[in-house]
Amino acid sequence: MRFSRKSLGIPYAVFLVIFVAAPLLFLFYYAFTNGQGQFTVWNFTHFFTDPNTLGTLYYSLLLALVTTMVCLLLAYPVAYFLATSTMRTKPVVLMLFVMPMWINFSLRITALKEILNVLEGNLAMHPFLNAVVGMTYDFLPFMILPIYTTISRLDGALREAAMDLGANRVQTFLRVTLPLSVPGIISGVSMVFLPAMTNYVVLDMLYNSTYIMGSLIGSYFSAYNWHGGSMISLILLALICIFTLLTGNEEESVGRGGALL
Amino acid sequence: MIWKTFRKMFLILVLVFLYLPILILAVYSFTESTNIGAIRGFSLHNYVTLFTTAELIDMITGTITLALAAAAIATVLGTIGAIGAFYSRKNASRFITTLNQIPVINADVVTGFSICVLLVVALNISKDSYIPLLAGHVTLCAPFVFLSVMPRIQQMDPSIYEAALDLGATPFKALTQILIPQIVPGIISGFALAVTLSLDDYFIAMYTKPATFDTISTYVVNATKGAQTTIKTALWALSTVIFLLVVLIVLVTNIRSLRKANMEGGRRAQ
Repeated sequence: MRFSRKSLGIPYAVFLVIFVAAPLLFLFYYAFTNGQGQFTVWNFTHFFTDPNTLGTLYYSLLLALVTTMVCLLLAYPVAYFLATSTMRTKPVVLMLFVMPMWINFSLRITALKEILNVLEGNLAMHPFLNAVVGMTYDFLPFMILPIYTTISRLDGALREAAMDLGANRVQTFLRVTLPLSVPGIISGVSMVFLPAMTNYVVLDMLYNSTYIMGSLIGSYFSAYNWHGGSMISLILLALICIFTLLTGNEEESVGRGGALL
Repeated sequence: MIWKTFRKMFLILVLVFLYLPILILAVYSFTESTNIGAIRGFSLHNYVTLFTTAELIDMITGTITLALAAAAIATVLGTIGAIGAFYSRKNASRFITTLNQIPVINADVVTGFSICVLLVVALNISKDSYIPLLAGHVTLCAPFVFLSVMPRIQQMDPSIYEAALDLGATPFKALTQILIPQIVPGIISGFALAVTLSLDDYFIAMYTKPATFDTISTYVVNATKGAQTTIKTALWALSTVIFLLVVLIVLVTNIRSLRKANMEGGRRAQ
């Protein structure tokens, strides 16, 4: 057989089928069977009828919502001020905002924990606040970068045109810059919202013992309950799919790794 | 004027939020203090502990070895995958791109758990073989390599490759000597991205690693639950070392572009 560039796709396709598609199929299998291998919908109905698991779902949605809002309120001004600034040190400052992405998150949360300990005295007193602060601290750079990229790519002539046509600064921002930066906001939100529902280590490290969706998988894992854990994974997957369809987030997803500048 | 000051202050405050914890720990890591509070005497004992305790050295070298191995495999796979997908028929190409997107948008908890379910539970592969761990990290990283190589291929001038074929190069030779050299920047940044993803991972390692093996993340998360003070403060030293390394790497890799930007900025100011 003659070599062709097309055939290079085959090993990668096989790899994806084995390590991406097959694991998901097995999640389906385990989610809808019991320990004896018989078909059951118990895991499914249990999740949606047990007040504990439903409470977990609501708590993680609330936590993710608040964290995303706080991140957005901090990140948007940062991204906007930075993208529209004319200072000479802009590349350095931008780098400072991105750099935390490359420092191991568990070490950063450890550092934050020590500071919160001093400020609050007893971490266990403010579990929700700690969770929001911890996650904001962890995820903020991932919100800043996509918004910054979108705003800095905007055609400056649009803003000038708005000004020339009589809009003041606030009007220009609200009716030109803000609407045009929505794609950046969407990809930033998707970088923060899902981890905030699932990254339960941040909570554990800050002594918040309330469960979020990720913690459920963790506890099923520790109990060797593959069926229960698979069902939670499937529910999370469904949430992720809905979220992705809603936001239509196709590009910019490389941002997670810190889109090495 | 007030607006300008406000803008600056806002940026500075957010930077303080991001860096103050790390910097305070860095200062305390050079002291004998075991808690943030009164500073007690300068000391390097945390750094001595960090670099002489077998357990700590093992987890650091383990993390780095895993990151390099996973990134290397992921880079090869992701690169050939991107080349193959780009030149494949539309359906095949869409199939690969869609599957490739799943680990990117999926939560790491789900990726890790699903790989554990397939390899460890269903196929009964022992975690001690390191195969689930390595496979998990490669699965996490390869899609990002794919995504960073793809734009390079799309930007390439296709006629150069065809010219090579016309001039008598075999397709394989044209691939290795014409096509790949043009996408090297994408491959390099894909590799770097893969390394950082692997270094930062907690969940995939947690669900697939052998019980006796620890990465920095899994070790630190465990250590914060225990109350061993010597280990705790040694981790402050580790945090400081990693912070300084990241600063150094950023400086080295960006010094050229920064200098250039500075010169242009200076020219504009004149």
